[in-house]
Amino acid sequence: MKSSIPHIASNTFREAVRDRVLYNLIAFALLLSGAAILVGQISIEIEKLVVINLGLTAVSLFGVVIAIFIGIGLVSKEIEKRTLYTVLSRPVRRWEFIVGKFFGLAGTLTVNTFFMAIGVFAALFYVSHRFVRADALIFVALYFIILEFLIVCSLSLLFSSFSSPLLSAVFAFSLFVIGSFSADLRNFAAMAHGVSRWLATGAAYLVPNFSAFNVITSIAHEQPVAGQLILQNTLYALFYAAMALSGAVLIFEYRDLK
Amino acid sequence: MPSIEILGLEKTYQVGFWRKRPKQALRPLHLQVEDGEIFGFLGPNGAGKTTTLKLLMGLIFPTSGSARILGREWTDPAVKAQIGFLPEQPYFYDYLTAHELLEYYGQLSGVPGKHRRHRIEQVLHQVGLRDVQGVHLRKFSKGMLQRVGIAQAILHDPKLVFFDEPMSGLDPMGRREVRDLMEQLKREGKTVFFSTHILSDAEALCDRVAIIHKGEVLRAGAVDDLTSSVRGKVEVIWQGAQIPASIKALGAECHVTADKVRAILDEKHQDAVIDALRRERLRLVSVTPVRTSLETYFVEKLRHAETTAGSMAGGV
Ligand SMILES: Nc1ncnc2c1ncn2[C@@H]1O[C@H](COP(=O)(O)OP(=O)(O)OP(=O)(O)O)[C@@H](O)[C@H]1O
Ligand SMILES: [Mg+2]
Repeated sequence: MKSSIPHIASNTFREAVRDRVLYNLIAFALLLSGAAILVGQISIEIEKLVVINLGLTAVSLFGVVIAIFIGIGLVSKEIEKRTLYTVLSRPVRRWEFIVGKFFGLAGTLTVNTFFMAIGVFAALFYVSHRFVRADALIFVALYFIILEFLIVCSLSLLFSSFSSPLLSAVFAFSLFVIGSFSADLRNFAAMAHGVSRWLATGAAYLVPNFSAFNVITSIAHEQPVAGQLILQNTLYALFYAAMALSGAVLIFEYRDLK
Repeated sequence: MPSIEILGLEKTYQVGFWRKRPKQALRPLHLQVEDGEIFGFLGPNGAGKTTTLKLLMGLIFPTSGSARILGREWTDPAVKAQIGFLPEQPYFYDYLTAHELLEYYGQLSGVPGKHRRHRIEQVLHQVGLRDVQGVHLRKFSKGMLQRVGIAQAILHDPKLVFFDEPMSGLDPMGRREVRDLMEQLKREGKTVFFSTHILSDAEALCDRVAIIHKGEVLRAGAVDDLTSSVRGKVEVIWQGAQIPASIKALGAECHVTADKVRAILDEKHQDAVIDALRRERLRLVSVTPVRTSLETYFVEKLRHAETTAGSMAGGV
């Protein structure tokens, strides 16, 4: 039997597009062009720094917000509206549904990131009038951002498989914030003693290690990214997302639909 | 080979937020539906019809028991390609058009591409939605959604279809069409299992029915067998204000309005009443069945079940 995953993924993508999710790009473009014009007065080096920093941070934040807000509804909305009845009564396994949904959202975010990336490069060109080789590092930062999205998507799916949309959003967003400071958490764990050390160490390993994904500042200063970090982050993101998705599947597999 | 064998499916819900209490929606249910028949699943509100269908579709999980569909374990994914399901009050992705929805569902059911186009046209025509196939489902009325629901249930040419209240929300023409469609499916050799509380539909369509009440099958069998012991009621209306004594003697329940008399009495006295009216030279206005024999049977059965407090064994 052929897999239903591609069909479910493309329908999820279609839903996002028709729900006008990509309209966020307009806000993004406004933000970026406004910033580029504003910093146009400063010296050329700082200008570039600001555009890259601000641009990539915005790409990441916009994407995370979309990932969470679509992610928490992906499955729960279909249960709530009972659109799932006529899907799961077809030769579609429950895990295929979850995985298809995940890929649909990941695809949506990738396309969204692609357009935002064009915006970042355009703003960059606007302030510095040319591209240099070091600008290619932006691609690495964007790649890491997409990996980050995969993790956030899978976590939103996981939370929404057992809690309400509101709580899921809170959980996912908190994890994103804590994960962004995971390096500090690890440092704290290393310094702490006794029970708090155990707790902090456990937490540090459980929350997604987003610190490792944030290379925005360093690439803005044109510092290269080690090949090993790219490999490590790729494996880490895939592993983390796979774990969270498996959790979501396990919960969903035996759940009664409303 | 029976199409459906329900082997003691039982479902107990946990209700309440803090203190969970068990609520038994389905007592161990046993039922067998033969290949090629139209089977009516009848019961009052809250009887457990939808629960049974959701269990069979794998949307919820039974507390105990199992079922076989088309000779296989009911959870077997291979079964799903050969069955169609119309949920109660169906709802679909409202950002899609009717055509897009069927396209998507055709893909999920594994209908091959070339055939799919043709098949979608065909079912849209069958349910009378060809003219609105390009309209987004969010703009569909309740009855139109019901029609989409029927279309998606038969799209992949399943051997067995499950309809949960197929007539609900449809106009009289729509109901007629759905009845014709079910008969058409039967002629094609398909099995139809549908739930309803519209007993006249069931009586007209079904080879066999089961009556379910409080999660328990009270009785299952051919409509004629079930109703052989009871008679329906007819309503007779005639012009004038007099009630002939012979009609009163038949135990008719009479209501006199301005210039007409409306009498309700057992179906079996129908001829006697007409004869009496003719003798008295009263003008007959109409004779209409008010309660079919299945309805009478149904009501009596439920009343009996109430008084014996659910201790009745199902005569399957
Ligand atoms: N999710 C649920 N949680 C708790 N109880 C439920 C749930 N779903 C159904 N029930 C209960 O199970 C019983 C059977 O419900 P079901 O929906 O199967 O009835 P039905 O025969 O389809 O009725 P109707 O004709 O109104 O559609 C009812 O008493 C209902 O309250
Ligand atoms: Mg129901």
